Amino acid sequence: MNAKLPAGILVTALLLAGCGGNGQSATSATPKVGLITKTETNPFFVKMKEGAQKAAQAGGLELMSAAGKFDGDNAAQITAIENMVAAGVKGILITPSDTKAIVPAIKKARDAGVLVIALDTPTEPQDATDALFATDNFKAGELIGQYAKAAMAGKPAKIATLDLAPGITVGQLRHDGFLKGFGVPEGDPSIVCSLDTRGDQAKGQTAMENCLQKAPDLNLVYTINEPAALGAYTALKAKGREKDVLIVSVDGGCTGTRAVQSGQIAATSQQYPLKMAENGVKAVAEFAKNGQKASGYTDTGVTLITDRAVPGVEAKDTAFGLANCWG
Amino acid sequence: MEAPLPRRLISTPVAGPLAALVLACLFFGLNSAQFFTGPNFSLIIQQVMVVGTLAIGQTLIILTAGIDLACGAIMAFGGIVMTKLAVDSGLPPLLALAAGLAVCAAFGLVNGLLVTRISLPPFIVTLGMLNVVFALTHIYSNEQTVTELPALLTFLGQTFQLGQTNVTYGSLLTILLFLLFAYLLGSTAWGRHVYALGNSPEVARLTGIRTRRLTVGVYTLAGLVYGIAALLLVSRTGVGDPQAGQTDNLDSITAVVLGGTSLFGGRGLVLGTLVGALIVGVFRNGLQLMGVPSIYQTLITGILVILAVAVDQLSRRRMR
Repeated sequence: MNAKLPAGILVTALLLAGCGGNGQSATSATPKVGLITKTETNPFFVKMKEGAQKAAQAGGLELMSAAGKFDGDNAAQITAIENMVAAGVKGILITPSDTKAIVPAIKKARDAGVLVIALDTPTEPQDATDALFATDNFKAGELIGQYAKAAMAGKPAKIATLDLAPGITVGQLRHDGFLKGFGVPEGDPSIVCSLDTRGDQAKGQTAMENCLQKAPDLNLVYTINEPAALGAYTALKAKGREKDVLIVSVDGGCTGTRAVQSGQIAATSQQYPLKMAENGVKAVAEFAKNGQKASGYTDTGVTLITDRAVPGVEAKDTAFGLANCWG
Repeated sequence: MEAPLPRRLISTPVAGPLAALVLACLFFGLNSAQFFTGPNFSLIIQQVMVVGTLAIGQTLIILTAGIDLACGAIMAFGGIVMTKLAVDSGLPPLLALAAGLAVCAAFGLVNGLLVTRISLPPFIVTLGMLNVVFALTHIYSNEQTVTELPALLTFLGQTFQLGQTNVTYGSLLTILLFLLFAYLLGSTAWGRHVYALGNSPEVARLTGIRTRRLTVGVYTLAGLVYGIAALLLVSRTGVGDPQAGQTDNLDSITAVVLGGTSLFGGRGLVLGTLVGALIVGVFRNGLQLMGVPSIYQTLITGILVILAVAVDQLSRRRMR
């Protein structure tokens, strides 16, 4: 009796598997391209997958995708690389969760003749992948730093930085870029509070609440991304400070861009995950066709989005931002 | 009177999971040309060896009607300890490895003592320990991944040739560990005591089993097994990774449950756990080969777990 029920389990599961797969490809000769993101659920990566899907269709490639369960899930990304190589992909596009820990697995894939391109986040060292298609995160930070400097118009700044997490380069680069753009060194007394948010709205709110306890008179908030910015806004609003504190951010997601439009966030640096994925898939198609490997770093661009432009800093308005946002 | 062999096979808790595994393999074999190859099976075993080894420790604890939510975190800490000591502190690799194993066993010991001496529920003890060990890992590692490991720590990730297939030494060790624990649980007095403890601690105590000492021993041994899992993890990824193991506590419980071991203790086989871990690995690999996105793998694993526990419950009801 016992043995029959598990068979039932299997049938159910297999039916589900059938629903999930789009076309069996075991016998087809369509070249395959793999996309491995940090998570399945982050809108940034959802958009990236969408871009990859479109480009794969256009280029006559079959897209395989995989992701970790959480940001930092290195083991799942290694497993995905191995399975994709076993499935015979021509190239893998990866947004590394752990920039150092993924390197040995990438090396194995490249040794097996697979083109590996990093999207959004460089590996350490950067040349562990064949090529990198990403936002210049330092520049993204620099742009909002310059904007904040001009928007403060000489008023003495008391800055809170809501950062990502220790040891993650993207967050470090944006933070450093912001300080450079604003023109203060790390450790400057005008930085009154620095906390990690992991880019999460609820943690951003908590961080801002704590910063306001520590420095009630802060007047400029740098945030790693818009969820953190919106968390900060909620905390500021609860204190009635939302009008006189300037919030700047990075990412350019659609929710974030709408928050710029409604004035909750003053300005944000928009990046383009769709473009990263499209370029990546195109490069793999090129490699499948004539063996030409992409190499080096391709900047996929960053644009300052604000409806309250300041002199001397180039920016586009939220109409442009909403037309090009992701998520 | 002894039941005929087929009957006995069906009534062992491993028969169901084994049938599920075989059916899954057949299904994926029919759907993907790359599935039924030596290298692919070698790959699947490599991919499940870390969670599978953790799940050996988890099986021991679940057999005593306990649960361990901290196993993945303890493993991650053990991995950081052995890699950091070897690379940053310049300790001889063998000593660093021993220290990593000892640290993991020590956390198991503390869990066991808290469960027995203060009579805290294992769920609470290991939930607390999960946070403690997670934090210690991040504090001690300074959030940094440790690279450039000595050969001793990556040896298990190396391969040897078996026919046309490259097999990692780690896969071999994992299978040996499963066989060892199958023997210990199935054919020694200690193993019978573990089952007795899980079935009824009071009865076990009255028959003269020193239940407290046995429980502490089980948790400590499980900790040591997590240490071996840490070595397997480090050798598989080639780095010491402070972010590792975050979902492995639940993944190891998944393997145990899919393998037909009862969450209520006293009933199950460690070889079932191996089958359970392989089911997850086969689904993940097979679905990926078919081009199914990983979110469906999560969906299917979840459904499998619920159904496996339902099977356990239904078969218990029938036994009554």
